[in-house]
Amino acid sequence: MRSLTVAVLATLVAVGFPRAADAQGVTPTFDRTRAPALGPAPTLTVPRVQTSTLANGPAIRLVEQRELPLVQIILSVAGGARLDRDDAGLISFVANLLDEGAGTRDANALQGELAFLGASLSTGASWDATTISLKVSRRNLDAALDLMADVVLRPTFAASEVTRQRDLRLAALLQQKDQPAALASLAVAQTLFPEGHPYRRSASGDSSTTARLDSATVRAAYQGAIRPERATFYVVGDITLDEARTALERRFGTWRASGEERRPAPVLVTTQRASGVRLILVDKPGAAQSVINVVSPGVERTTGDYAAIEVMNTILGGSFSSRLNTLLRETKGYTYGISSGFAYRPLPGPFTVSTAVRTDVTDSSLVDIFRELRAIRETQVSDAELERAKAYLGLAVPGDLETIGQVASEIATLALWNLPIEYLAEYVQRVGQVSAADVQRVARAFAPAENAWVIVVGDLAKIRAPIERLGLGTVTVREVGLLTR
Amino acid sequence: MTSRLRLRRALAAAMILLGLSGSADAQGTPLRVPTTVDTLPNGLTLIVHEDRSVPVVTTNVWYHVGSGDERPGRTGFAHLFEHLMFMGSKHAPYPQFDRLLEAAGAGNNGSTTTDRTNYYESGPANALPLMLWLEADRLGWMLETMDSAKVDLQRDVVKNERRQSYENQPYGLAFEHLAAAIYPKGHPYSWTTIGSMADLSAASLDDVKGFFRTYYAPNNATIVVAGDVRADSVRAMVRTMFAEIPRGPAFTRPTVPPFTLRDTVVTLEDRVQLPRLYLAWHGVREFSRDDAALDIAAYILAGARNSRLTKALVQDRPLATSVNAFNSSKRLDGDVQIVATARPGVHLDTLQRAIDAELDRLAAQGPTARELRQALNSIEAGFLSRLELSSGKADQLNAYYYATGTPDYFQQDLDRYRAVRARDVQRVVRTYLRGGRVTLSVVPQGRTTLAATARATR
Repeated sequence: MRSLTVAVLATLVAVGFPRAADAQGVTPTFDRTRAPALGPAPTLTVPRVQTSTLANGPAIRLVEQRELPLVQIILSVAGGARLDRDDAGLISFVANLLDEGAGTRDANALQGELAFLGASLSTGASWDATTISLKVSRRNLDAALDLMADVVLRPTFAASEVTRQRDLRLAALLQQKDQPAALASLAVAQTLFPEGHPYRRSASGDSSTTARLDSATVRAAYQGAIRPERATFYVVGDITLDEARTALERRFGTWRASGEERRPAPVLVTTQRASGVRLILVDKPGAAQSVINVVSPGVERTTGDYAAIEVMNTILGGSFSSRLNTLLRETKGYTYGISSGFAYRPLPGPFTVSTAVRTDVTDSSLVDIFRELRAIRETQVSDAELERAKAYLGLAVPGDLETIGQVASEIATLALWNLPIEYLAEYVQRVGQVSAADVQRVARAFAPAENAWVIVVGDLAKIRAPIERLGLGTVTVREVGLLTR
Repeated sequence: MTSRLRLRRALAAAMILLGLSGSADAQGTPLRVPTTVDTLPNGLTLIVHEDRSVPVVTTNVWYHVGSGDERPGRTGFAHLFEHLMFMGSKHAPYPQFDRLLEAAGAGNNGSTTTDRTNYYESGPANALPLMLWLEADRLGWMLETMDSAKVDLQRDVVKNERRQSYENQPYGLAFEHLAAAIYPKGHPYSWTTIGSMADLSAASLDDVKGFFRTYYAPNNATIVVAGDVRADSVRAMVRTMFAEIPRGPAFTRPTVPPFTLRDTVVTLEDRVQLPRLYLAWHGVREFSRDDAALDIAAYILAGARNSRLTKALVQDRPLATSVNAFNSSKRLDGDVQIVATARPGVHLDTLQRAIDAELDRLAAQGPTARELRQALNSIEAGFLSRLELSSGKADQLNAYYYATGTPDYFQQDLDRYRAVRARDVQRVVRTYLRGGRVTLSVVPQGRTTLAATARATR
């Protein structure tokens, strides 16, 4: 941390004042022709996590934070959409249904009661885990926890609710046909991940799987997936560990698994690296813009190069001053914004460059994107870019730990990779140590240039011919109907 | 950026947030966000709120100008100007603004609404002098670095924003038609913040300079600094950096003619799969007498799973995939909207009739005590949650100050809602939601037969 701060101060454009500055860096005869010199950046204070375990298995991770009389409890059940197996979207559907009737209350009564308590309860599933998240005043915690326990332990899965939610999901899937970002996302998944890979199909489902959903299927999946041995409670707020353990023990202490465990399918295939540049075009007639995703296989979160990869990505397309944004938005005006990023999931998700550009510059935008992908591999980044990216990543960490929700989420996310909260301090240190050579090395290893998939959703009548003329690589057209099956 | 979700809009679309208590006469601890308020001789107002919970600081500047101050032919200008404010100033030439802040670990952004334009930086507490220096430089020394090339570039970027957020999205252009239908021609709210392509093309460098000289002046700005700071130190710093910037000229605000909205029916075809119905009425100004009751009415109509319209349209009968209600009260005027997306095969007149039936019922009987209490508890929870982020408090302090003259208005704002009775909700539904309105349908291309028609009975 110390070295990071010094590096940052050394690279500020500002030069120090000739006179001594006061504690906050401004002198009485202030020289506004240069940026003020800043004092030392605050050091990161990692929240103190206390731990306990319920007798029947679930762990508790707790941080006391008493700024406001609020409590956040995130119950994370490992497994998530990885447990879909052949039923795309099943686990996220189960998650949605948990609060559509539980215990003695139907959906209206349950959610009305939560609202009456001023509580917020949300349910959902990522690739990694199913989460049930409660935020409530300290005062109403007991009553709200009773409802949360109903949701987790006694969901009703009434046929009428399953039917309704199924139909709403079918309607949402139908609407994807006109949403260019959704179409691009589907095309990415179906291109990068072969049959048999869990990420080929959407965690939010497709119409054929959704149409088959019924109460029995949902209940079986719930029993197989939502089990105490996979559960962890992340608790942050105005509460002690003893209080939390007592409250959770009372509601969840008798939670027992039933039925057969649902496990993720073994993954026998890997992501497909493109050989050469392969373009997939999806038609959106009359589109004012083309949505472009340039993708390649990503990398495991547990890679030893994680800090270097994040620094590299920040320079390439992970900040407003990034190379991609500076070129395509701030120099050429092709787009409102362009970004890049690595998706870290239980298995590696894609590396993606993502943007929406004016239709008539679709071809030029592709040229510029590949120019930047090549450049960061061919030449080491400048000291100024490097130090700026490292500061942007390293110094921003304390600001991400202000609300109880942020703290709880951070602990839960790190836990997905078995990392303790103290890892944040190590991360800041590692970021500080990344060199230009490191950035070039990981760019060559993980940022695509000659081998990439390019998905473009736009008005093919206008963009297809110019794209083909570029001669970047093979061009195929994918039908919207096939994407959104 | 264009419009941001404002406080009341977020409440009306309520995801339920946190409650102080469930009992009818709950008091709880009064909400307090202590501040110091100072005004410099040049008219610049500084509000400081100390919050040491985390070592971060937010600087949030409001210029009291928005799309409502534009004139027809130059719509979208306030927002275009917001983009131009990031294009460099004399002592921080482009692209230093973003680069210096990133190098200090700080993020930044801005947004434009009908009534104000805000700019904010958030980051480690030691970055405050940099934030203030950059804000001072672009307030006092920006114009001399402005040129046509910068205007042309950001014009292109804003046009892309319009394409991305509106033109290339299903239902994306509905709001533009809705605003023009609700408000009379020439009314400050009859156009959208993003503006039209033609008007954006017409904006010139001279327009930019004139706009800046009029509206970007210290007497038209308030700065909030919130976070791990010392108020006296901040005040000294701001005085040092901003005091020499001269006051701007007096200017006039747009006048808002009173008007009565007559039933207006609009049909749009779009690349959509499902028809969508927008109903809109002329509402009230923010913080006016009926504003809080309209917020609560919107919540009772569509703010939760067990709300009137959600129950009637999504649950009891499979008519809609979703329904939302917004009380969009603004500084000079306001509107109330109900938006419902039809299930496949459902005609929008069916939705319209179902919505009208619920509005008639609420107008005739008012809400139950339980409904009212649920709404209030939900709203109170939102207030408490909003105190968690110093960046959120900063923007709210600015909003309260501009609307009421008092930055720490949190408790008084909450009290407005606590004062609402069932009969008030009933009264505002009768007064504002049973008269003339806009009925706007967005239907798939070629399917205008699915559109809503004028109401048969009134």
